[in-house]
Amino acid sequence: MMDALLDNALLISVFVTMLRSATPLLLSSIGELAIQRAGIWNLGVEGTMLSAAFAAYAVVVATGSLPLATVAAVLVGALVGALTSMLTVALKLDQFVTGLAINLVASGLTLYLFRSNHAVFSAGNFTGFAPVAVPFLADIPVIGRIFFQQRLPTYLALALIPLAWFFLHRTRQGLELRVLGENPKVLQTRGIAVAPRLWLIIVAGSGLTGLGGAFLVLGLSDRFIPEITAGRGWLVVVALVAGNWSLFGTITAVFAFAALQAIASHAQVLNLPVPYQFLLALPYIASLATLMIFRSRSGQPAHLGLRDIGK
Amino acid sequence: MTLHRPVLRAVGLTKRFGSVVANDDVSLDVAAGELHCLFGENGAGKSTLSAMLHGELQPDAGHIEVDGRRTDFRSPADAIAEGIGMVHQHFVLARALTVIENIVAGTSRSGWRLGLTEARERLSRLCGDLGIAIELDAPLWQLSVGEQQWVEILKALYLDARVLILDEPTAVLTPQESGKLFGMIGKMRDRGLAVVIVTHKLREVLQADTITVLRRGRKVGTLDGRDATVESLTRLMIGGDLASSPARSSNSPGRVAVQATGLMAKGSWGETIVDDVSLMVRSGEIFGIAGVAGNGQKPLLEMLAGIREPESGSLLIGDRQLEGLSAADFMRAGVGIIPEDRYAEGLVGPFSIAENIILGRHRSKDLCRGLFIAGDRVVAKAEEAMRRYSIAAPAINTPVSRLSGGNAQKVVLARELDQASVLLLANQPTRGLDIGVVATVHEELRRKRDEGVAVILVSEDIDDLFDLCDRIGVMFAGRIVGIVSPETTSRDIVGSMMVGRAPAGGATCA
Repeated sequence: MMDALLDNALLISVFVTMLRSATPLLLSSIGELAIQRAGIWNLGVEGTMLSAAFAAYAVVVATGSLPLATVAAVLVGALVGALTSMLTVALKLDQFVTGLAINLVASGLTLYLFRSNHAVFSAGNFTGFAPVAVPFLADIPVIGRIFFQQRLPTYLALALIPLAWFFLHRTRQGLELRVLGENPKVLQTRGIAVAPRLWLIIVAGSGLTGLGGAFLVLGLSDRFIPEITAGRGWLVVVALVAGNWSLFGTITAVFAFAALQAIASHAQVLNLPVPYQFLLALPYIASLATLMIFRSRSGQPAHLGLRDIGK
Repeated sequence: MTLHRPVLRAVGLTKRFGSVVANDDVSLDVAAGELHCLFGENGAGKSTLSAMLHGELQPDAGHIEVDGRRTDFRSPADAIAEGIGMVHQHFVLARALTVIENIVAGTSRSGWRLGLTEARERLSRLCGDLGIAIELDAPLWQLSVGEQQWVEILKALYLDARVLILDEPTAVLTPQESGKLFGMIGKMRDRGLAVVIVTHKLREVLQADTITVLRRGRKVGTLDGRDATVESLTRLMIGGDLASSPARSSNSPGRVAVQATGLMAKGSWGETIVDDVSLMVRSGEIFGIAGVAGNGQKPLLEMLAGIREPESGSLLIGDRQLEGLSAADFMRAGVGIIPEDRYAEGLVGPFSIAENIILGRHRSKDLCRGLFIAGDRVVAKAEEAMRRYSIAAPAINTPVSRLSGGNAQKVVLARELDQASVLLLANQPTRGLDIGVVATVHEELRRKRDEGVAVILVSEDIDDLFDLCDRIGVMFAGRIVGIVSPETTSRDIVGSMMVGRAPAGGATCA
């Protein structure tokens, strides 16, 4: 086993897989972070990702176009975001219940659409995103193999990390977003309408979550199966809580989950002395453990989940 | 400061809520460079008036003029654009963000970069003008309440306010902080700002240049600050003379009712919030606890009521050693508590008056028959309480959430005064109540004392404590930093003890 671990090629493969499995989680968690930092406790991440994944699948089977499929997934994600906004911002319904309802509807609807069009889908074959080597950088030993021979959305997800930080902390809109999550009245007393901003944030954040969903189909597996998200939406929610709602904390948690997924997918080669099923369950067990260990909620937006949003 | 043109003018403002007329034909002129005071009891219509002046409410009749131009405020944004700033009684701030972030958030409508350099320069100039020093990059939660109010004032001035409205600005301040605030107001006045303060505290009103007195939604007078006296203002405010408050207890206190030794409590992050507090209160005495909110008063009372278990320390109430026992044991020992937030901790909103009156005692023998609650006894008890405390409500099955603040507090009083046979704990029992109910609450506390109950009263209002208490303990940072007698100590000394400064020359007596 030690020999296997020390094997350079194998290690590189684990890291490559880690970045690849981190991609959908990164995209979704950055979208979800924006939404939660604005004070909306959106639990519908799983359903948003699943709907978007299905949209990507249906469009890629129908047209064979990866860009079209990606756009469709983002649009469907944004559409689910619009639904979430309507329920939580316009109608001020309970945010938890709304999220759970969205997950249930997404699960049922995608399953139904998938099964009822089985003939179409079983005939359709497609190839997802292929790795794109970045010129020169890809030739760097080890680092090049790990970071610069990834798929396009992975590069996008990595680039989004500093961009998201810059947006949150160095722009006027980012400050206003954080204020919304702490005390929306601050903006209201300055005569700024809160609801349109929340709509925009939820729709945009859900669109990004949708992009994460698309990658499940177009970047991880080249197929669709019911419940393809397999709890990744919930991992995103856990990553936010474990990361204490800070961008870098959340990203760290995401990479930890992704590393466990990568190890699980190399279980047979690594020849670890634990059952394969246990390794598959590891990210979920780890998420429980993280919640138990990082109990601090000091970074939780003060207005998160509250319904008195204002106009 | 006379003969300035009015910068803000209200003409015949009227506002109705359903059948209630909150403001009836109220007019006033506010001149640049003056301190204008809106004075009246709770419920006199001061808040409604100030809400209309800064665009939060729209008048049903009448209008507002700024610099002689008629305006039509549809939102606070319109008022801000006309240079009217508002500092709410409950601060509107984001605690997790920094001072400067709180001030600039939502101020600029153009550009996407958060350029703070220019804001920083302007703010440090403003701070210099006002004579205050504040760390612009400190997160807001690190600031004292007084400093948070400065942030609110800076927020308004940053948007070039020419009229600043302050709603009950000293309600949460220590006497020193209030003094500083009035110093700042003086500086703003010198710079030609008009300052409107909404208050019901006589001591503050007398510092104003002009005083507008409201009673039951109507303006009953406008006075020049130099001509106003406490008597004339009181008469205008309540439409008659107040009965002078009865003196402190004349009878000497009896045996020891509460003996607490070395009480410690920790907060949710493990920090010490009550630090080695020992106190002794005799039956028939009112023991006051002064202090700025958040210095350990609440957890101390919770320990004395058995709601919070002390980390260490012992607690003797009546003749029973109670530390480590449950809240039910404390109740059986005769402890009653009037909590700080009556809706969050004292009442169950959707429950009826009758149900709220028996809350916590629904298992006692005199309310039950076997396994069941005896409905007729509950009804009798509730009806007696309604009569005894003159609770204004349609029936005993009215949900308490439909009662006014004063009547809701009377329901708490009815239950807890009946409960407290040995010790009565009261945390700010008159907060937000109008003057009539305040008098009732004070009367009841005195009556309890005369019955031989030990009363512990927590209040931020030093005047109340001086009127009511036999001894006053001052809390700061979780400790009782001194115990004084109101007869031999001045309010200023108590005020400086409240902010952690030791009293000059050993005021720890009694």
